[in-house]
Amino acid sequence: MSASRLRLPWSRRPEGRTAPVVPRASIAGKALTMIIAIMTLLAGLSVGAVDLISSATAGWQAQIVQQVTVQIRPAEGRDMDAEVNKALDIVRNAAGVASARALSQKNIADLLEPWLGKNVDLSDLPTPRLIVVELSDGAHPDLAALSASLEKAVPGATLDDHRVWLDRLRMTGSTLVGIGLGILALVVTATGLSVFFATRSAVAGNRDVVEVLHFVGARDGFVAAAFARRFMRFGLRGGAIGGGLSALFFLCLGWFGPSAGDAGGTLIRGVTLGPGGYLGIAVLVVLIAALTAATSRITVFAHLRKLG
Amino acid sequence: MVRFENVGLRYGLGPEILSDLTFRIEPNSFQFLTGPSGAGKTSLLRLLFLSLQPTRGLISLFGRDTATLTRAELPNIRRRIGIVFQDFRLLDHLTTLENVALPLRVLGREESSYRAEVVELLRWVGLGDRIDAYPPVLSGGEKQRAAIARAVISRPEFLLADEPTGNVDPHLARRLLRLFVELHKSGTAVLIATHDIPLMDLYDAQRFVLSDSRLTIYD
Repeated sequence: MSASRLRLPWSRRPEGRTAPVVPRASIAGKALTMIIAIMTLLAGLSVGAVDLISSATAGWQAQIVQQVTVQIRPAEGRDMDAEVNKALDIVRNAAGVASARALSQKNIADLLEPWLGKNVDLSDLPTPRLIVVELSDGAHPDLAALSASLEKAVPGATLDDHRVWLDRLRMTGSTLVGIGLGILALVVTATGLSVFFATRSAVAGNRDVVEVLHFVGARDGFVAAAFARRFMRFGLRGGAIGGGLSALFFLCLGWFGPSAGDAGGTLIRGVTLGPGGYLGIAVLVVLIAALTAATSRITVFAHLRKLG
Repeated sequence: MVRFENVGLRYGLGPEILSDLTFRIEPNSFQFLTGPSGAGKTSLLRLLFLSLQPTRGLISLFGRDTATLTRAELPNIRRRIGIVFQDFRLLDHLTTLENVALPLRVLGREESSYRAEVVELLRWVGLGDRIDAYPPVLSGGEKQRAAIARAVISRPEFLLADEPTGNVDPHLARRLLRLFVELHKSGTAVLIATHDIPLMDLYDAQRFVLSDSRLTIYD
């Protein structure tokens, strides 16, 4: 290792550079930076997780709200294909419907496969026929009227708008977001407290600086501002490390984690963090730096009051 | 310049460690403060540089009753007083030059405006070749001289020194005393707290003797 790498804190400094009155590097300062980095990482992961859960639940709801299903129960002596076509005509002519398609027997067999197994001949079974109806974006069709006209024209036809499912999903989503927000609140509180006490401890390690400045005639504001500037830098550095790592984690998860296509059969539609999530992490970093600066300022003022 | 009238000081509910102190310190005067250990010399110095408030009595500094000073006024009074601490109180992350320049820096002055002045003073106290050294590599005598230089760089009207020769050999103690005498001759009032009787014998000055919490003055 070169001699310059082993530079002692009191070795000579290049001329023309005046050292700040509050030391740039100290053991307490490094420990504070590390604590801030770790706590910001945890808080950043929490912010991202809440954003992911929130956007995922919103996605489920949007997807289900955009679809309704028509079910036609089989009945003796009826031509089911004709009944399905009649229902398709009614549905396609209704306002607010973007498209409608009838599921084939194979599609229905695929849906029933988990219960009945593969290669089952459904022709002998009274399986209902299903029509998947896609609604137009932002459309609010009169589903009650559509249901009534279907039931009138096609006996045994019912329209399912997934309301029961949707209500359950809404409740599940709200519960998950609530739990996420609760955990986020706890992590942010723990981060705030850790940063507060670590900053106080680091300022206490520089008490001699406060006292000397005070006794050589520095105004309280001068001393407090010098500490706030230094500790703001500690906060920004630690926050940038922790926030950067948490953002990098979500970027990697977006690149290498399950995508919407891979997760086709699951409820998770990919794990890509939105701009709101990254913005939340950035806000967190700024808030933590501000908290560090404010805590150092308050602590210095408190110590100066004792000295005075 | 400094006036004490019936000043008493106690810490908490303890006994009075300073009782009925009444004296004056005139501008451009020189005095030693002495007394046995624990007599209250450091407490008296702390009263003089406004680090403590008396329990009773009146202290007037530069014509101002210290009891009526606001926090905002304290720095202006402190800037007229130079202090040499017994333990030097140099900041380890600053060079000798930066430590000595601290009183000028807190006034908001740029380094370019005071550098030559500080270098000249450091040469005068024999630290011309230690300008860029940090306190951990300075000897006790060098630290002492750096602390004195810091106390006088802003040309204070009143200089307080707490055991300034406590950590140095007799030869260096005499050199430091000469430094204080030179400052006194340039117009600064000086008060040196010391145990060193041979040192006091070297210069004819008023002696404040603290004993049993009371002060006796010998001209």
